[in-house]
Amino acid sequence: MSTRADAGTLASASDAAARQPRGGVQPPSRGGRPGRSSARTKARIAELAFLVPALVYLVLFFGYPVVKNLLMGFQAYTTKTFFTGEAPFVGLDNYAAVLSSSLFDKALLNTVLFTAGSILGQFVIGLAIAVFFRRSFPLNNVLRALLLLPWLVPLIASAAVWRWILDTDYGALNRALQLLPFVDGNPAWLTSTSLALIAVIGVNIWLGIPFNATILYGGLQEIPEELYEAGALDGATGWRAFRHITWPLLRPVVTVVLVLGVVYTLKVLDIILGLTNGGPANSTQTIATLSYVRSFKEFDFGQGAALGNVLVLLSLLFAVVYLRLNRKAVDE
Amino acid sequence: MWPMARRRALKTTLAASAALLLPLTLAACGGGSSSEGSSGGDAGTLTIQDYYNDDPGKTVWEGVYNACAETAGVELNIVHVPGSDLISKVLQQAQSKTMPDVLMLDNPDLQQIAASGALADLSQWDVSTDGYAEGIVQASTYDGKLYGLQPITNSIALFYNKQLLADAGIQPPTTWDELKTASAALTKDGKYGLALSAINTYEGTWQFLPFFWSAGGDEKDINTPEAAQALQLWVDMFQAGSISQSAVNWTQADVNDQFKAGNAAMMVNGPWQFPSLAESGIDYGVVPIPAPTAGAPTVSPLGGETWTVPETGNADKQAKAAEIIKCINSDDNQLLLAEKNNTVPTKTAIAEQYGATNPAVKGFADLVPDLRARTGELGEEWPAAATKIYTAVQEALVGGKSPEQALADAQNG
Repeated sequence: MSTRADAGTLASASDAAARQPRGGVQPPSRGGRPGRSSARTKARIAELAFLVPALVYLVLFFGYPVVKNLLMGFQAYTTKTFFTGEAPFVGLDNYAAVLSSSLFDKALLNTVLFTAGSILGQFVIGLAIAVFFRRSFPLNNVLRALLLLPWLVPLIASAAVWRWILDTDYGALNRALQLLPFVDGNPAWLTSTSLALIAVIGVNIWLGIPFNATILYGGLQEIPEELYEAGALDGATGWRAFRHITWPLLRPVVTVVLVLGVVYTLKVLDIILGLTNGGPANSTQTIATLSYVRSFKEFDFGQGAALGNVLVLLSLLFAVVYLRLNRKAVDE
Repeated sequence: MWPMARRRALKTTLAASAALLLPLTLAACGGGSSSEGSSGGDAGTLTIQDYYNDDPGKTVWEGVYNACAETAGVELNIVHVPGSDLISKVLQQAQSKTMPDVLMLDNPDLQQIAASGALADLSQWDVSTDGYAEGIVQASTYDGKLYGLQPITNSIALFYNKQLLADAGIQPPTTWDELKTASAALTKDGKYGLALSAINTYEGTWQFLPFFWSAGGDEKDINTPEAAQALQLWVDMFQAGSISQSAVNWTQADVNDQFKAGNAAMMVNGPWQFPSLAESGIDYGVVPIPAPTAGAPTVSPLGGETWTVPETGNADKQAKAAEIIKCINSDDNQLLLAEKNNTVPTKTAIAEQYGATNPAVKGFADLVPDLRARTGELGEEWPAAATKIYTAVQEALVGGKSPEQALADAQNG
């Protein structure tokens, strides 16, 4: 998330700098006068000076943490380091330890499943809701506002409430399920290794729907009504209108939603910690939670940073691949 | 005109960026000087940091601190930090050289902090450990040196609902077999026989330890038949349905809630739950954790916090801090703190005297001489072993592995 954001700011800042001499203020041309090149240098310096605040901000709040985290991944950074300030470089030891741990494969698989499951659910339901709310009907605005509720509740609170709802013996969900004739026994939503990941994904989908629905709804508002009218004349209504008008025109918004969604979801920590703490038996342990445990429970900040870097790499990889694919699709 | 304006803009920008950078440089300087403690004020003010931010404990501790400060002739600045934040706060303070003058630590954390060099050896101020239970001294000793002193301790035991046991005609269990039978018999009408915390944190490890150690398990190598026996007991009770599967997600506070609500007839918990249980009005008794066989000893883990003097670089303040710690650990204060906090004094003689007059905590007082420190064998390596233990427990309870397999896998990482 952060790496994308600074890349964006950086690009637009340097764009602005590059554009300025061409289109902006420029001294009147007096061809061949000796003062010209020095004036140009001055202008260059002034331009660069305008970049300084943005650059200082980026270096302080994005550059420093990223570089520090990269370095920590190669250091033996433990409780001792805080007192002595010594963090000897250990080469690839942290990465070797982290990658060879039997937990890593499981955490990586869980991360992929969690991200894919969450994004799929959030996006499909979010899109369906956005399309639905495009029609006008009574209470449309009220319902749309209510939809934002998951966003407004503090995450710790909603995690606690979900824990009650999903409790095996006394949870509301199982009480409701018991009323159904075909349900036998109490599913252990958060405490069986086969269901816990599904339950956590479900809660995360619930959390992500407002984001997806809101952004996609905004995108839908941008599509001119005339297109649908014209399409309807040619016989494109319902599903065909969606397929040939809505979907192609929504593409840029979809890209943003998916890329942001994936990057957000990869690093989800709080909801998992609140619901299962990575358990039972590590069945909901992701790379993000594992990194948290290594750093803040076992105080092995080197290994925690190494895992964090793996996560950054994953986000980056996804962003690059997705943008590539998307550009190709648009070019065609 | 414009070059002028530009130059001014340039100047402003530079000034602005300088202003941005300035605090950083200052902060760097501040971090460099090592001679000042966090208290900052005059030499007569000491900062004391603990995690008792809730009453009634908070008031009790502040009373003792203030009385001790008066005796030592110093002013106090008392800081309460939330329990889960204490260690990260201490690490920050170690880095910025703003450690408090007196620091409370949960006893299994002392080894790691002492290993970092952040704590002072208490022997330089003639702090004596005479009369303390062996486990207590061991927990506060790192590399042969004493870094902390602990006035009171606690452990865990078996709580039972008198009404439910009487209704079923069952005596509180004393052996593993009795525990299994009793839990199974008490599991009925939507209630469970036993509640405990098998959560995947150090809390889960703490709850498993009395079973693990009493069976002969050892944290140096958890892949042993003895450890497997202890784990088998838990697995049996889980599979029989005597313990709710939710226990793998329960903290000890959750366990207490289940017991209070009458959802469980027995629970494994500690004396810090006494006030909340008294409030609920439930009629309960406390017995030691059942032993593997009749007459065999139960080895229980040592709980509670230890008081340390961080290396602040201010020798005068450190000497005063040591005085405060001695005072907190005086015989009278041990008794007072134990009584008010429902815990037990750490000096064996006082614990015995205390147990004789306080029947409610007698079960815990009897444990004191034999309490085992979690860090006793492995020191700063304990957290790694604790992680292995709770991982094995969860793998065996819900991960589908046999106890032997779970322990072997966890031991080999």
